[in-house]
Amino acid sequence: MKYTSQAVAKPYFIFALTLLAGEILFGLLMGIQYIYGDFLFPLIPFNVLRMVHTNLLIVLLLNGFMGATYYLIPEETQRELWNPKLAIITFWIFLAAGVATILGYLFVPYATLTEITFNELLPTMGREFLEQPLPTKVGIVIVALSYIFNVGMTVLKGRKTVITTVLLTGLLGLAVFFLFAFYVPDNLVADKFFWWFTVHLWVEATWELILGAILAFVLIKTTGVDREHIDKWLYLIIAMTMLSGILGTGHHFFYMGAPEYWLWIGSLSSAVEPLPFFLMILFAYTMARERKIQHENEIALTWAKGTAVMGFLGAGVWGFMHTLAPVNMYTHGTQLTAAHGHLSFYGAYVMIVFTVISYAMPILRGRPHGNSKKAQKVELTSFWMLNIGMVGLTLALTVAGITQIMDQRVGTDLVSFMESQASMTGIYTIRLGFGLLVFAGLMTYVYSFFVEEEAK
Amino acid sequence: MSDIALTKEKYPPGDFGVWIIIYIELITFAMLFLGYAFSRRGDVELFNQSQLMLNQTSGFINTIILITSSYFVAKAVQNVTNMTQENYEEFNKKASKWLIFALMCGASFLVIKIFEFSHIFGEGINLSTNKFFMFYLLLTGFHFMHVMLGSIILFNIFQKTRRFGYTPEDTRGIESGASYWHMVDLLWIVLFPLIYIIR
Repeated sequence: MKYTSQAVAKPYFIFALTLLAGEILFGLLMGIQYIYGDFLFPLIPFNVLRMVHTNLLIVLLLNGFMGATYYLIPEETQRELWNPKLAIITFWIFLAAGVATILGYLFVPYATLTEITFNELLPTMGREFLEQPLPTKVGIVIVALSYIFNVGMTVLKGRKTVITTVLLTGLLGLAVFFLFAFYVPDNLVADKFFWWFTVHLWVEATWELILGAILAFVLIKTTGVDREHIDKWLYLIIAMTMLSGILGTGHHFFYMGAPEYWLWIGSLSSAVEPLPFFLMILFAYTMARERKIQHENEIALTWAKGTAVMGFLGAGVWGFMHTLAPVNMYTHGTQLTAAHGHLSFYGAYVMIVFTVISYAMPILRGRPHGNSKKAQKVELTSFWMLNIGMVGLTLALTVAGITQIMDQRVGTDLVSFMESQASMTGIYTIRLGFGLLVFAGLMTYVYSFFVEEEAK
Repeated sequence: MSDIALTKEKYPPGDFGVWIIIYIELITFAMLFLGYAFSRRGDVELFNQSQLMLNQTSGFINTIILITSSYFVAKAVQNVTNMTQENYEEFNKKASKWLIFALMCGASFLVIKIFEFSHIFGEGINLSTNKFFMFYLLLTGFHFMHVMLGSIILFNIFQKTRRFGYTPEDTRGIESGASYWHMVDLLWIVLFPLIYIIR
């Protein structure tokens, strides 16, 4: 660790992994509910589990991004973080707000939650992924602002690199687009527009900048390739991401009351969206091939390459499958969407968090050359468990989605939702099995950090 | 042997990155052109009728302007790629003069297009009017943004030539920018007959 203030990243990483464990656990509970409909009834209904599952994902990724930023910004700017204490204070605020919100979801009926959290002052609750009560939303804004201020001040005073510029642009976008979460128009179509301005422009524009910056950082560190070379790739990827991603918002405006031209804008621009992800694969593999150093932390580079591949599969391939308007007319809101959602969030974002943790955590724990060979072997096992688990889960959901489409959307001889779902118990059981593998993979990953150092 | 290596390196001109962008742009526009062609087949009458509202003369003038601008850009690149260690300042200067003409063409294209757009919008036409105008506005609108971006790129290259920034060893920047500009020109050469002329 070159700068002592990089240590603030540690609690963020630990909390991110803890939240991931929670997210997977709640996912597994839902997986059981898909097979036994009355499981946990009436204690925790499906909608609450789903809300906890998705909200945990968002909070864990934000935590991971913040941890990654606090780790890489001092090294990039070549100076200590502007205010490490502030970073720790915001960590605890974020943790407290996050835990309180999740407990609120679990133990207070949502309607009551809206009443006791002043939703009537500024109604913002009830929208998918943005279910957070008003105080939590305000808390997110405060944490985000203080975090960007802290990082911004460090960047202003220190060395400016392409990575810091891209990262900061992504972070600013993240904060700005979240503000749309506070505006809920009465008109349902307008409401959807503003909702996507947060949700889509987060995951398919600004977060991709953050992902690109973190990936570039880890690649520089683990391959020793010249910064100029990496910067060029980063610019190319970012330019394409922004162009396709921003107009790609249109693929959410199909058949919802928005004008027809969105079918064309959305289909065409989102057809381009997989390309930056494909470039990311070329990027990671070219850098690995042209590497100038043999970093002892080999597993970090494996994660970096894995992120590029899985991001392309999940966001690129599984996204393209149903992004064209004529296809989406049949697939919209089926398990195919869930398949895409799972693999893209995992492949692009959860994996970049794993990547940065695998690179930074050993250094933060006083092992500058990475964990021991034995520990890396265990971690590699967890890498495959997690990836095979996620791909298996995604394939199962894809089969479920196609079954659902054939049962309920194609032709005239249609079956009811419940009947169609009941026929898929076998597929859902397979999905649950792969889900368990993912959880076991995460546990193995965590365990790898506690494998004893080999005696030298 | 070294000659072969040199000729190999000169093709394609410019940075590999700009070629990735060019191919992606061409694919994206090709999809829009195909979309236009298929939609037109569905309602030829409507497309022909709507096409009459376009100003073919301004479209034609813009075509001439863009082709001419590409000539100027090519002349600028020719100057830069032919220079030697001894005369590179003089050739940078020459290139910058050609680039001024190219920039003037780019600006003229944009001004004429703005007049055309204001006429179309003045008629109360928008993306939802009909499918022809949806394609017209999307295609020419996207292309307009490309000309704007291309002009900004040319302006940056122009500034670099003024600083004598290109040397016999480093001509990648101007070649990349010129390749992009030629692509913008090429797109218009397909777009103009397709939208304005073919009936």
